[in-house]
Amino acid sequence: MATSLAPRRPGSPAAPARRRPGTHSARRARLRRRIADNALAYAFMAAGIVCFAVFSWYPLVRGIVLSFQQDNLITAPRWVGLANYRRLFDDPLFWTAWKNTAEFTGLALLLGYAVPFVIAVLLNELRHFKAYFRIAVYLPVMLPPIVVVMLWQFFYDPGGGLFNTVLRGAHLPTSQWVQSPHAAMISLVLVSTWANMGGATLMYLAALQAIPGELFEAAELDGAGIWARLRYVTLPQMRFIMLVLLLLQIISTMQVFIEPFQLTGFTDPSTITVMTLIYRYAFAVDNDFGLAASMSVLLFAVLGVFAALYLRLTRESD
Amino acid sequence: MTAPSPAAPANRSLISDQELAGPRYRAVYFTVLTVTTVLFAAAFLFPLYWMASSALETPRQFAAQTPTLLPKSVHLTAYQDAWSQMDIAHFFLNTVWYAAGGWLIQISVDVCAAYALSKLRPAFGKAIFAGMLASLMLPSAALLVPAYLTVSDLPLLHLNLLNTPWALWLPGAANAFNIYVLRRFFDRIPGELLDAASVDGASRLQTLLRVVLPLSRPVLAVISVFAVVGMWKDFLWPLLVLQDPDKQTLSVALHRLSTSTTQVPPTEMIAGLAIAAVPMIVLFLFFQRHILGGLSAGALKG
Repeated sequence: MATSLAPRRPGSPAAPARRRPGTHSARRARLRRRIADNALAYAFMAAGIVCFAVFSWYPLVRGIVLSFQQDNLITAPRWVGLANYRRLFDDPLFWTAWKNTAEFTGLALLLGYAVPFVIAVLLNELRHFKAYFRIAVYLPVMLPPIVVVMLWQFFYDPGGGLFNTVLRGAHLPTSQWVQSPHAAMISLVLVSTWANMGGATLMYLAALQAIPGELFEAAELDGAGIWARLRYVTLPQMRFIMLVLLLLQIISTMQVFIEPFQLTGFTDPSTITVMTLIYRYAFAVDNDFGLAASMSVLLFAVLGVFAALYLRLTRESD
Repeated sequence: MTAPSPAAPANRSLISDQELAGPRYRAVYFTVLTVTTVLFAAAFLFPLYWMASSALETPRQFAAQTPTLLPKSVHLTAYQDAWSQMDIAHFFLNTVWYAAGGWLIQISVDVCAAYALSKLRPAFGKAIFAGMLASLMLPSAALLVPAYLTVSDLPLLHLNLLNTPWALWLPGAANAFNIYVLRRFFDRIPGELLDAASVDGASRLQTLLRVVLPLSRPVLAVISVFAVVGMWKDFLWPLLVLQDPDKQTLSVALHRLSTSTTQVPPTEMIAGLAIAAVPMIVLFLFFQRHILGGLSAGALKG
């Protein structure tokens, strides 16, 4: 940044220009101007820095500290060393929550990872109704999550719910959906996939459109059929975004909360997840903020691995 | 930049237009198109239609549940009862107020910070920017408990923000994504424009308001839409910090009503859901270009 870009404040003396450069007073004037410029910049940034410091940086440190303390918000916090972590490992719900979260993430990837890609490839070839497809697939993403989940709660109703009504009409076996320990998890995954797949689909679509058409043209001239072009042109070109979205999807699905919270509650061991257990420890049942904080630290560590992979991946591409 | 050769249109996709026009693929194409169109309507539009139309039935019609595509008779009572008796009106206005205030605070804080980082280049600006970006990598879930404790008792000031709009507004202002996008946009505004303004005697704040902001209208629109949508959709954080039923957002109130012991008729509940969804659908139809465009830009940048 050249000094010529410095603001000319009305009333400030143009003295430095008249002095010979390099003299003592000129240097002092430059210093003074740099300080004034910095003060102005920090005045602009002050609110932002305070918000980040109080609501992002400080809670990060506080969360780690809290995980070594006993805190119920009533009595003063007390240092307990690793006791919170020991109690976590002794709690059977802790292991259930991680197993369920892994299962949810796995199922969500199985279902929610391939489907948006296939749909995007398909939509990219359709020459009609482009706006309609895009709007339709993204509509669920726009809805408030609680609306989606409660709507599906009506669909899942074992008696008169939409799904069982349709299944009965088609003489197919019905299901207890979220009320069955076997079908509960996949039911949660179905809602979540329906609600979130629009984002991934449209990102894939944008990436597909960025593939240079010459590549397909050349492959076709070389006699590659549609499948061969998909295999040898589309897939390699999409590898990067597929990897990026895989990591982002793992990070977001591991934080699943609202689907189990609304549909099965935070007591049902067959669907309790890491986030609903944190909620249960801190807010719903135990009022034990230290225990909830140590669970959060562990979640943070696990997600941190995927976040680091994501960072490396996107850094390399820059 | 080379001109694309006429033989290879740059915008072609996997299957070329000539192939599709061929007799073999024409029938396949139109079958696939029809099936996809119908499936999309069934999967994505029908649930919304079901929501809007079920709330038009009487509780008895709804319970009978012989699936009818068109409601036999239209009753607006569920919508009216949801609006007034269930007090959806109150929670709707709460949410509008939280979203409007949150938008204003988020935009002012983030625009100022991004402007300083981009155009004033202060000492340690890079480190501060990195610290802000690092927060993007922090999963919000991991910060939930300590952030709640912070809001319930602000460090140094010892203020309790629970059950006040500030509990949503201030943490929302710390939005690294906004600052990142704004800073990138501001970086592309040529310095000469700002110099010209300062030669004309404009202060830094005047330059921001009269030169930078008018040029930034497109990016401000995208950020504003995402800010409002984000606040309207938010659930877990408002659930924690707004436990006073009177202060709750629409999403949190809907959850509370669905679990409360007083039985709400299902049609009224569904009407409540539909009312909560309408602003987002309207916003989407109005700003779809901004929303979908913002999404694609994010995808290409990686």
